[in-house]
Amino acid sequence: MASYLEFLQIYAPRFLDGTIITLQQTALGILLAVLVALVAGFMKMAPVFPVRLPAIVYIEIFRGTSLLVQMYWLFFVLPLFGVTLDKFSAGFIAVGLNLGAYGAELVRGGVQSVRRGQYEAATALSMSPFTRMRRIIFPQALLNMLPPWGNLIIELLKATALVALISVTDLMFESKQINASTFMSAQAFGTALIIYYVIARFILTPGMRGLEKRLSRKLSIG
Amino acid sequence: MFDWKWGFTFEILPRLLEATLNTLIAAGLGYLIALVIGLVFALAQRTPFRLLTFVVREFVEFIRSTPLVLQIFFVFYVGPQFGVRLSPWTSGMIAIGLHYAAYLSEVYRAGLDSVPKGQWEACTSLGLSIQRTYFKIIIPQAIPTVIPGFGNYLVGIFKDTPMLSVIGVMELFHAATSIGAETYRFLEPYTLVGAIFLVISLPAAMFMRRFEDWVRVSLGMKKLHAKD
Repeated sequence: MASYLEFLQIYAPRFLDGTIITLQQTALGILLAVLVALVAGFMKMAPVFPVRLPAIVYIEIFRGTSLLVQMYWLFFVLPLFGVTLDKFSAGFIAVGLNLGAYGAELVRGGVQSVRRGQYEAATALSMSPFTRMRRIIFPQALLNMLPPWGNLIIELLKATALVALISVTDLMFESKQINASTFMSAQAFGTALIIYYVIARFILTPGMRGLEKRLSRKLSIG
Repeated sequence: MFDWKWGFTFEILPRLLEATLNTLIAAGLGYLIALVIGLVFALAQRTPFRLLTFVVREFVEFIRSTPLVLQIFFVFYVGPQFGVRLSPWTSGMIAIGLHYAAYLSEVYRAGLDSVPKGQWEACTSLGLSIQRTYFKIIIPQAIPTVIPGFGNYLVGIFKDTPMLSVIGVMELFHAATSIGAETYRFLEPYTLVGAIFLVISLPAAMFMRRFEDWVRVSLGMKKLHAKD
């Protein structure tokens, strides 16, 4: 145990650096995922097929293949088409686009779960379709979809570990490096596992719960 | 299209298809392990032993909130530190099997919980044995609830197998990376890998939806999906 404390004393700063990169990747990934999920989710509900098509293609491609493949494709193949991404951007863009495809389905499911009567009531109050969506439908849909979004965000945090494979110096990468130089695998990987667990269980999960509570309070007060 | 070489494509395709077989084996084997261990996790949480329930619950929670890739590294590298050497395949199967067992245990749990309490009570009052209660009454009713979950995770484990390449399991993604390293051509191998994944996972997902409806209909329930 004493040796583990020594180990931590030496390597804590590197774990911390890695954790910061992981948190940055997670935050940027969430931002991108929410954005594309909203766009693709609403596009997929469009009444006209040409609008639905790009959303369907995007969702099926990103849900049908592996994140690792998508990330390598963005990082190694896209430059051949004249678009070069640095590894940090390629990392969070791949993660965001991948989880965004799953998010799009959550957006669609959430909006469709709002009861018919809500639409009718809003129409009876002569709201425009846009106002109806913004003020009546979407807030309720949001409340319905927050719990699955909580799970998705945990998946996103875990997915960022893959960016280490294109050499983004995140938590996973640091633990791999430390393992390679010390051969203290249980300590190196174990510490990283615990840090991921703490972020998921004590930051992201309570954060999403808080968001849910705030939204439901807001909705019930009107 | 941009420098795409068809000759090269057909040259590497057999090698990639061969590796696809390994990917399918890895996914299938990992899923079987997950099915068994997942059931153990789920049943352990239904026992009256509070401590056991608590420990299993936390363990499942831990596995579910940490990255699979890191777990794969952990299993592969920690063994040798204590004198146990595991092959890439063995450690890969342990890691991915345990990871998905944690997810499947939740599916089992949700399925068993979805059966109304009255069904259990009815079984007790009819004096049915525990086996008959499970096999004749509870499990048939739990099946429609669990099928989508089982289906999603089967496709999910298939899509997660590329992570096994990090410890040197010779699956599809590993083959593509090796080809890339040998030839400095990344366009064809990585695009082909993506295409192969799509060609397998899209029909698989569609088949799952059909299968779900088929089971629901044969149990006398309504279809969930319109024609796709």
